[in-house]
Amino acid sequence: MARGKGMDHEELGTVVYTPDSLLRRPAKLFATMAADLGRARGLAYRLAARDLKAQYRSSLLGYLWAFITPLMTTLVWVFMSSTGVIRIADTGMPYPVFVFTGTMLWQVLVEAVSMPQQQVSGAQSMLVKLNFPRESILLAGLLKVGLNAAIRMAVLIPVVLFFGVLPDARLLLLPLALAALIVVGSAVGLLLVPIGSLYADIGRVIPMAMQVLMYLTPVVYAMPQEGLLATFFRLNPLTPLVLTGRAWLTGAPTPMPEHFLLVAAAGLALLLVGWLLFRLAIAVLVERMGS
Amino acid sequence: MAGEVLIRVEGVSKKYCTDLHRSLRYGVQDLVNEVRGKPRGNSLREKEFWAVRQLDLEVRRGECLGLIGHNGAGKTTLLRMLNGLVKPDTGRIEIRGRVGALIALGAGFNPVLTGRENIYVNAAVLGMRKAEVDARIEEVIDFSELRAFIDTPVRNYSSGMNVRLGFSVAAIMLQPDILFLDEVLAVGDMAFTLKCLNLMRSIMERTACVFVSHNMPLVSSFCTHVHMMHRGQLVSQVGEPMEDVIARYVALAPALRTVYGDGAQVGARVLGDAVRTDGEGRVHVQQGTPLELEVTLRVDEPAHLQFVMQTQGTVPLVHYAVEEGGTDRLFAPGTHHFRMALGPAEFNAGRYGLLATVRRATDRSVLHRREGLVELVVTAQKMTWAHILKSVNVIPLEPVERHNERTDG
Repeated sequence: MARGKGMDHEELGTVVYTPDSLLRRPAKLFATMAADLGRARGLAYRLAARDLKAQYRSSLLGYLWAFITPLMTTLVWVFMSSTGVIRIADTGMPYPVFVFTGTMLWQVLVEAVSMPQQQVSGAQSMLVKLNFPRESILLAGLLKVGLNAAIRMAVLIPVVLFFGVLPDARLLLLPLALAALIVVGSAVGLLLVPIGSLYADIGRVIPMAMQVLMYLTPVVYAMPQEGLLATFFRLNPLTPLVLTGRAWLTGAPTPMPEHFLLVAAAGLALLLVGWLLFRLAIAVLVERMGS
Repeated sequence: MAGEVLIRVEGVSKKYCTDLHRSLRYGVQDLVNEVRGKPRGNSLREKEFWAVRQLDLEVRRGECLGLIGHNGAGKTTLLRMLNGLVKPDTGRIEIRGRVGALIALGAGFNPVLTGRENIYVNAAVLGMRKAEVDARIEEVIDFSELRAFIDTPVRNYSSGMNVRLGFSVAAIMLQPDILFLDEVLAVGDMAFTLKCLNLMRSIMERTACVFVSHNMPLVSSFCTHVHMMHRGQLVSQVGEPMEDVIARYVALAPALRTVYGDGAQVGARVLGDAVRTDGEGRVHVQQGTPLELEVTLRVDEPAHLQFVMQTQGTVPLVHYAVEEGGTDRLFAPGTHHFRMALGPAEFNAGRYGLLATVRRATDRSVLHRREGLVELVVTAQKMTWAHILKSVNVIPLEPVERHNERTDG
C-alpha cells in the first residue's frame, strides 16, 4: 500500500491456524494463554455484571437465594436433632451454628464445582459464533462465585454472633478459606468440562456426587473419631477445607492446618492444569456443539 | 487497489460426522490427540465426510470475496475456521490483522437488560474496552434509530429491533482489517438496510472481506470477486468472471419439474443460434436474447394453452397468453406443431422456468400442467434487484440548465 495516514505502518498481528496440537509449541501456547487472560479481564467483569444484574432483576428474592438452600438444610438438620430423630455427637458449638456454617461453606464449594460447565453451556451460542478470549467466561464465573460467597459470609457472621459464638482474629483469614474452596471446586469442575460438554451425563453426576460427598465431610455432623467412616473423613481432601473455614468463622481450634495448605496448593495446581486442558479442548468442543 | 494479503488459506480441509453418537466419540478421540500433542488424522473415520476439502484462497486488503454455494456446501464451516472457532483438519490458515465478524448479531444480549446495557456487553464480547464504548455509544444509538427504546429491556424489542441494535454495535464499533459477513445485511426495513449497506461499503474499502450470501444481487454489487463452493470444494477458478460463477451457482439449484395431469401432452424447445443447451437440458441465454419456442401439443379434446415464466422461487413473472383475435386460442383434438415468439429475455441473471398449462375448453379444468417445460439460465453483465431488466434511453426535452459545479480538482 502507498504511504497513507495513520494505519498503514502499524504492524499487523498474524495468527496461524493449523491442525497441529497446540502443545507442539508450548512456549507460544503459554504466551497466548497469558495474553488472553489479560484481554479477558474486562470482558469477564462485563459478563459477570450482566449475569448478576439479570439474575437480580428477574427475581423477587434476588440475592436471598444465595442462602435459602443452606438455610433450609440447616433447619432440617436442627429439627431432626432437636426432636431426637437423629443423635448428633457433640460438635463443640451450638449445633445450628455448626450446621449453618458447614452448609454455607459447602454451598460455596458446590457452586464452584458446577460453575465451569454452567459457564461453558451458557455461553455456547457465543462460543460457536464469535472469537473472544475464552478465559473470560471462566473468570466471569469465578467472579460470580466469589461474590456469592462474600454475600453468604455477610449473612453467616451475624448468625454466628447471634448464637453467642465469638470468632477471633483468625476471622480475617476467612477469605483465604473461601478462596481455597473456590479454587479446589472450580479446578475439579474445570477438569470435567471437556467430557461434560460432550456428554450430558457429567452434568447429572455432579450434583449427586456432591450430595454423597457432603455426608463424607464434616458438614452437618462432626467427624467420627473411629471406624471406617472416620478413615473416609480423614482421607477426604475436602475435610480440612470445611474444618478450617468453620474454625476461622467460630474461633474454634484449627485442626490439620498443614492438610489445608496442601489441599489448597494442590487445588491451585489442578486449576492451572484444568485451564491448559480447557484451552486445548475448546476448539474441539465448539466443533461438536453445533450452532 | 489490491493491498497486502490478509487471509491466506492453503490446502484446508475439515471433516464432520453425520451421526451424533459417533460425533461425540470422535470428539473424545480428538481431545485425546490434542492433549497427547498429536495432530488430527487426515483420513475419514466411519460416517464422516469432508465439509471442506483441500481449499486454497487468498484475500487482499480492499478485496471482498463473495462466497456462494448451496446449503451444506461448506461456506459456514470455512468461515468458522477462518474465524478461529474450529481448527482445520489439514492445511494452514494465516490471518493478518484485527478480525471483525458480523455473524452473531447481538451475541451476549441478555433479554432482561436494557438496550444500553446490552451495547456494553455486546461491545465487550467483540473486544472493545469500556472507554471505547463510552466514546461511541451515542453514535451507535443514533445509527440504530432506537433511542426511544434504549433504556427498555431488550426482551420487549421485536426481533428486527434486536438485530438492528446488534448490527449497529458491530458496525460502528469494529474497525477491522478483516471482516466476515454471514447473511446479515438484510436487517429491518429497506431504509435501514440501505443505510447498513452504505456503511458496510465504507468499511470494506480498507478491509479484506469474506461475504457469505445467497443473495446474488447483493453479492454482485458488493464483492470484487466470487468463489463458489460445492461439496466442500471451490468449483470456481481464480479470475473467473463473476457472472459466470453466479450463472453456475444458479444452474446448480434443483429444478422444479412437477407435472400434473395426463389429459394432454406438451413439449417445447428453444430455437436460435445464441442459445446453448447444457447436459441437464437447461437452456443458457444471454440477457436480451430474443426467445423463440418450437412447441408440440397433443390434446384429446378442445383445449386452451397458456405459459407463465416463473422465477426459481416460483414467482410468476410473465404470463404468455396464447390468443387468437383477442380470445384464448382453441386447440382442436390432435397434435399441433407450431412456433411462438416470446420476445427478448429481459430477465435479471438467474434461473427461470416456463410453466405450461393446458385447460379443457368447456369447463377450464386443468388437463395438464408442467413446470420447467423449459429451464432457462440467463447470464448477464449486470445484476439487479428486480426480476426484469430493461435499458432505457434519455431523450432531452431542452438543453441542459447548468448549476455551479463543485470544483474539488
